[in-house]
Amino acid sequence: MTSSTPHPQPVATPETKHFWDGIAEGELRLQRCRACESTYFPPQPFCPQCTSDDIDVVRSSGRGALYSYVISHLSPPGFEAPYVIGVVELEEGPRLLTNIVEVSPDPDLLPLDLPVEVVYHAVGDFTLPLFRPRP
Amino acid sequence: MTGPATAAIVGAAETAEIGTVLQSSLGLATDAARRALTDCGLKPADVDGVAISGLNPYLPTSLAHSLGIEARWVDATMMGGCSNLVHLHHAVAAILAGQCEVVLIAHGESGRSHIGGSAYRPTADSWQGQFELPFGTAGPMTLLTLGTLRFLRDRGLDRRALAEVVVAQRNWATSNPRALRRDAITVADVLDAPLIAYPFTRPMCCVTTDAGGAIVVTSAERARDLPRAPVYLLGAGEATGAAMASQMHDLTSSDAFRRAGAAAFTEAGLTPSDIDHAMLYDATAILPLIALEDLGFVSRGDSGAFVAEGNTAVGGRLPVNTNGGGLNYTHSGMYGMYALQESVRQLRGEAAAQVTGLTTSLAHTIGGMFQAAATAILSTDPA
Repeated sequence: MTSSTPHPQPVATPETKHFWDGIAEGELRLQRCRACESTYFPPQPFCPQCTSDDIDVVRSSGRGALYSYVISHLSPPGFEAPYVIGVVELEEGPRLLTNIVEVSPDPDLLPLDLPVEVVYHAVGDFTLPLFRPRP
Repeated sequence: MTGPATAAIVGAAETAEIGTVLQSSLGLATDAARRALTDCGLKPADVDGVAISGLNPYLPTSLAHSLGIEARWVDATMMGGCSNLVHLHHAVAAILAGQCEVVLIAHGESGRSHIGGSAYRPTADSWQGQFELPFGTAGPMTLLTLGTLRFLRDRGLDRRALAEVVVAQRNWATSNPRALRRDAITVADVLDAPLIAYPFTRPMCCVTTDAGGAIVVTSAERARDLPRAPVYLLGAGEATGAAMASQMHDLTSSDAFRRAGAAAFTEAGLTPSDIDHAMLYDATAILPLIALEDLGFVSRGDSGAFVAEGNTAVGGRLPVNTNGGGLNYTHSGMYGMYALQESVRQLRGEAAAQVTGLTTSLAHTIGGMFQAAATAILSTDPA
């Protein structure tokens, strides 16, 4: 999946720093609203459901299911085709966009709702949360 | 408005050439603008409102300066491919409010040659830069397509449903000498073509062109004194969606599509069964299927069969994307203006693949990766 061209590196903002710090430490961090009890992603300092800022950072189990995906045959910087861009629905509810790895990019091996788990993937000096099929 | 239309499109034109054109993005916009003014017999001095959008925030100034227009009303709203329909929605309200009388809405985009403007790329600290680009997203073909496998499974369909969209639209394009792709094609041809992003093959993804278009909008009253038959705006709607495709409530349906469409129908006092012709923004073959469902032309789950049975094709009861669409005709990056142009051509009776007996046409457009949408319902009849 990786190529010799530079891989796009995420740059955290103050609102997302806890998320990327967590990834570097091997934790997938979500946020949970104490007021309305919704768990949400992407990171922001108040609840997108009710706008309360009474929120906790919570650790995701890192387990989820493959909601949908494409197998990219394009080769943007940092990537060699084919590779899987997937949307994973986490056990806690939120969905996130990621890559599905440690499996051939073959539709027969990637049925929707496939159980997956997070794997922390180092790219140079930063880390990304990717997902692989769960045994 | 649910009453007689208050405004109309009185002039419309595309650039002389589309495809590979040695002009800047601004040059394409002004070429189309001059043609649209000629089309309606108006001069730049008659125009008092301008609308255009791109990455340069001062495009309206460039457009006005270039043509010698002294604008007193400006709209640079930039919401990607639906921007020009948003401009139309705003312009009609402004004309009704007396803020301006004649609005020029223009678009020019050197989408293939990249002359005089660069392509949009999110910064590394934006949500897209943090939560999409590091995972190899590469624009519309990897993002507008993200929910398609879920869509197909939920509706009991397979990849042939996407190919049927291409075949129906290619048949329209075979009659259009300006279309980039106009050779007849079969479902098998589409499925066997090179993959771009599974389940999408190349013909299921739009062409990339240099192109431009412009329309001139004024009050229904003033429209009656101009040379071309007015194309009245009966209703319009605009809406925001999820900030990233992965964060849509349902990746097989768009909140923005549903809300923009519903607003346009409500304002027009019409229902989907009143629409004779539709332009449904098609950067990829899944978009017309989602739009058919979200705008209420068919029930959820019925779009695949509706297309496969020929309802949107030549001779069908709802002709869709009769210029060939972004898949075959032209797509410079933001397609909304070209959808509008074909709606106007069809209602004027001057389209390359003309459908007879049309009164109403709907144009529905998307902004970004389901981040926004805008819909317009046009008619030859003001009431």
